[in-house]
Amino acid sequence: MNPTMISDEEKRGPVDPPETQVVGVRSPAPVVPPRPGAVLHGDTVPALTVRNLAVYFGKNKVLKDVSFEVQARAVTAIIGPSGCGKSTFLRSLNRMHELVPEARIEGEIRLGGQDIYGPGVDPVIVRRRVGMVFQKSNPFPTMSIADNVTVGLRLNGIRTRSVLAERTEQSLRMAALWDEVKHRLHAPAMSLSGGQQQRLCIARALAVRPEVLLMDEPASALDPLATSKIESLILELKKDYTIVIVTHNMQQAARVSDYTAFFYLGELVEFGLTSSIFTSPTQKRTEDYVTGRFG
Amino acid sequence: MSKMNATNHRWRKAKNALMQTLTLGCALLAIAPLVLVFYHLAKSGVGAVNWDFFTKLPRPVGEAGGGMANAIVGSFVLLGLAALIGVPVGVLGGVFLSEYGSSKLNWWIRFAADVLNGVPSIIWGIVVYALVVVPMKGFSTWAGGIVLGMMMIPLIMRTTEEVLQLVPVGFREAALALGIAQWRAIIQIIMRTALKGVVTGVLLALARVAGETAPLLFTAFGNRFWNHSLSNPIAALPLQIFTYAISPYDDWHRQAWAGALVLLLIITVIDVSVRVLTRDRFRKTA
Amino acid sequence: MENVVKVETLVLPGKLAQRKWGDRAFRWLTLLMAFSIFALIALIGCELAKGSHIALARFGWRFLATSDWDPVNEQFGALPFIFGTLVSSAIALIIAVPLSIATAIYLTELAPQWLRTSLSLFIELLAAVPSVILGLWGIFVMVPCLREHVFPALRTALGFLPLFRGPIYGVSILAGGIIIAIMIVPIITSVSREILRSVPGLQREAAYALGATRWEVTRIAVLGYAKKGLFGAVILGLGRALGETMAVTMVIGNRPEIAASLFAPGYTLASVIANEFTEATTDIYLNALFEIGLVLLGVTILVNVAAQLLLKTFGGPGMKPQN
Repeated sequence: MNPTMISDEEKRGPVDPPETQVVGVRSPAPVVPPRPGAVLHGDTVPALTVRNLAVYFGKNKVLKDVSFEVQARAVTAIIGPSGCGKSTFLRSLNRMHELVPEARIEGEIRLGGQDIYGPGVDPVIVRRRVGMVFQKSNPFPTMSIADNVTVGLRLNGIRTRSVLAERTEQSLRMAALWDEVKHRLHAPAMSLSGGQQQRLCIARALAVRPEVLLMDEPASALDPLATSKIESLILELKKDYTIVIVTHNMQQAARVSDYTAFFYLGELVEFGLTSSIFTSPTQKRTEDYVTGRFG
Repeated sequence: MSKMNATNHRWRKAKNALMQTLTLGCALLAIAPLVLVFYHLAKSGVGAVNWDFFTKLPRPVGEAGGGMANAIVGSFVLLGLAALIGVPVGVLGGVFLSEYGSSKLNWWIRFAADVLNGVPSIIWGIVVYALVVVPMKGFSTWAGGIVLGMMMIPLIMRTTEEVLQLVPVGFREAALALGIAQWRAIIQIIMRTALKGVVTGVLLALARVAGETAPLLFTAFGNRFWNHSLSNPIAALPLQIFTYAISPYDDWHRQAWAGALVLLLIITVIDVSVRVLTRDRFRKTA
Repeated sequence: MENVVKVETLVLPGKLAQRKWGDRAFRWLTLLMAFSIFALIALIGCELAKGSHIALARFGWRFLATSDWDPVNEQFGALPFIFGTLVSSAIALIIAVPLSIATAIYLTELAPQWLRTSLSLFIELLAAVPSVILGLWGIFVMVPCLREHVFPALRTALGFLPLFRGPIYGVSILAGGIIIAIMIVPIITSVSREILRSVPGLQREAAYALGATRWEVTRIAVLGYAKKGLFGAVILGLGRALGETMAVTMVIGNRPEIAASLFAPGYTLASVIANEFTEATTDIYLNALFEIGLVLLGVTILVNVAAQLLLKTFGGPGMKPQN
C-alpha cells in the first residue's frame, strides 16, 4: 500500500470537528526545510502501522481510536500531558500492556505488514522484534555487565562465546558505553552510575537486533549530562533503528525527533513532522500544549 | 539476528509449558496431605462424634463408650487463661513497638520476638514446669494457662504492632493537635481504629496455641475427670488425642479421630472468621 | 490563623500535670510489656541452665558425643538424639524445599489468577493443622502405607544402598522425616511467596521486554534476585523442623539408636523429652533431659537467628511475624 495515499486527516486521526476538516491541504505554514536526517513520509515503508487502536483496562477505555504510522529509521516522539495514555500506547506496540490483567485492545498494529495482535501471534516473538527501554533503568543486579548485554541472545539459543563477545562489544559501542566499561565487563551491573546503567539497558535491548526500539522517558531519571549523552545516542541510533520515544520534555522531543504525535486524554490529537507540530500546529489543543498553556 | 530460530523458539515454549506443569504438580503434591488428612478425619472421626462424645467423661481404661467432655471444656479454660496473660502483655507490648521506643531498641525487640516465635513448644513446656509446677508441687491448670499465654505473647505483640502501623499517621497528628493526651489518643482513637486487626491477631494466636500438645504434657498434664480447681491438672483436647492415639485400644483410637475432627473444626472456624473479618482489608491492599 | 493549640496556656496546671503523669505511666507500662520479650528469653535460658546444672557438671561435653542413654545406670549421652534430629530434619528439607519453592513459584509467577486463591487457601489451612492431628494421621494412615507399600518398593529398588536395607517396621526415621516435611511445607511456601512477590515489577518487565517466556522471566529476573531471601525461608523451615515434636514422636519409633538404614526407628531431641520427662524419677535423669532441652534450644536459636538475619537483610519491607 502506497504510503502517500494516507491523507493528512488520517494522520491526525478522526478528532477534528467537522467544520475545520480540510482535505488534503495543511493549514498555511511557513515552509520549514526538514531537519537533516529526517525522512519525509513517502520515501520509506513505515515500520509500524497503527490502525484504529483502542486499549481497555477492564471497562475503562484508556486509548481511543489511534491511527498513524511510525516511519522507519526515524525518531517518533510521543508527547502529551501526564495521564494522556502515552505510556499505554507505547506498551501496546510490544504487547507489554498485556502484563496488566484485564487489558485488551481493539484495532490492529502492523509490524512490517503483520498484525502483531493477529491470531496465533506469540508475544514473545513480538517483543524480540520490538525492544524496550524503561524510565527507570533496570539491569539485572545479579549479573555482570557482559551477562546483562547477552541475556537476550542467550535466551534465543546463541551460546557461542566468540559470537557473544563480538555482539557484546557491538552493542556496547552502539550504546556509547564500550569505552567506559571495556576493561571491566565482568563487574556487576550495579556498579555503574545511573546514566551508565541506562545505556547498559539500551545495549541489552539492542543486542537482540530489534526492528523497533521503544523508549519510555529514558532520560527522565537522569541528570542533564547523562540526558544529553542519551539524546546524542538516539540521534546516532536512528541511522539503523526505528525509535519511538515517549517524553514529557518538549524540548527533548524537539531536539531528537523527526516526527511527533501529540496525545491528549487517550486520543491522538495531532501527528506530523516535529518541525510543524512545534512551529505551526493545526490543532488548538496541540498549540496550547506546546506553548505551555497547560500540561 | 533478525531471523527467528524456529526450533529454538519451539523448545523454549515447550520448556515454559513443562515448568508450568511441573510446578503445578508440586503445588498439588504439597496440598495432598491436607486433603488426605481431612478425608481420613471425616471418615474415621464422624462416626464417633455423637452426643456422648460432647457430654461424657472418659471411661476407665479398656471400657467402651464415654466421651471427651472434660477435654473440650478444659481446652477452653486453658485458652481463656492463656488469653488473660497473653493479650494484655502482647497488645500493650505491640503498642510500645508501634508508638514509642527508638528504632534501634524496637529493632532488637522485634528481632527477639521473632526468634522467640521459633523456640520449640516443648522447651516452653519444660521451662514452665520448672517455673510453676515444681514450686506448686504438682501439675495444674495455672501452669497450662501460663505456658500457652507466654507462647502467645510474641505472636500477639508482632501482629498488634503491624496492625497499628497501618493506622495513618494523620490520625495521631489530628488527635494530638486537638490537645488530647498521647496515651488517651492511643487507646481511644488509634486502638479503636485498629481494633478489628488486633482482635484478628489475638484470634489467630489462640488458634495457634489451641492445637499445642507438647507444652501441656508437663504442665496441665491431663485429667480423666472434671477439674474443680485451677491448681489441679486439667484435660485438654490435643492432650487427650495424643494419649488415646498411642494407646492400644480401638475404641480410644476412634475417639482420638473424633477429638481430632472437633479440634480441627474449632481451629478452622477461628481461621475462617478471621478471614471474613479481614476481607475488606485484603481487598484494599490487593 | 492558629492551627496549633497551645496547650500550656489553655490548660490548668493541675490538668497538665495529670496528663503528663498519664502519658508517662502509660509509656512505662507499654515499655514493661515489650521488655517481657527479653524477660522471657532470659527466663528460658535460666531455667534450662538451672535444671541441667547437675548433668552439665557431671558429663560436660561428653554429653554430646556419647550414645549411651541408660537411665537405670545413670549414663546419659545425647548423640542418638542429635543424630535423629539432624537426619530427620535433613530428610524433611530434601523433600520439602524443592516442593515448597516450586509451589511458591507456581503461585506467584505461573498460575492463572483463579487457581491462585484456592491453592493459597489450601496451603494456609495445612499450616493450621496441629502437629498432634498430623501425627494421628501419621500413625494410622501413613505408617501402615509406608510399611506395606512404599518401603518394600524402596528396598527392592534401592536396596543396594545401606540407607534402604534392614527390617521394615513402618515407624522409622524416614517416616519422621516425611511427616516433618509435611509440617514445614506451608511455612517455607508462604515465606517464599512473600519473597518472590517483593521482587520489583521493573525487573520482570525488563525480562519480558527482551522477549522472554513466563518461565524465563521467573528464572532470569525473579529467582536470581530472590536467592538470598529464599535461602532465609529454607533456614526458617529448618528451624521449624528441628523443634517439631508431636507428629515426629508418633511416627519415628522412639528408639535411641544410631543406624545406617532409614527404615530403622530413631529418636529426636524433642521426642525424648516428650516421652520421658514425666517418667524421670531421679534428679540426674531430669537434669539430663533439661540438658537435652538446652542443646535443642541452642541449635534452634542459632538457626532462627540466621534465618531472621537473612530475611531482614534481603529487604522485604514489613515481613510478617512467622510462627
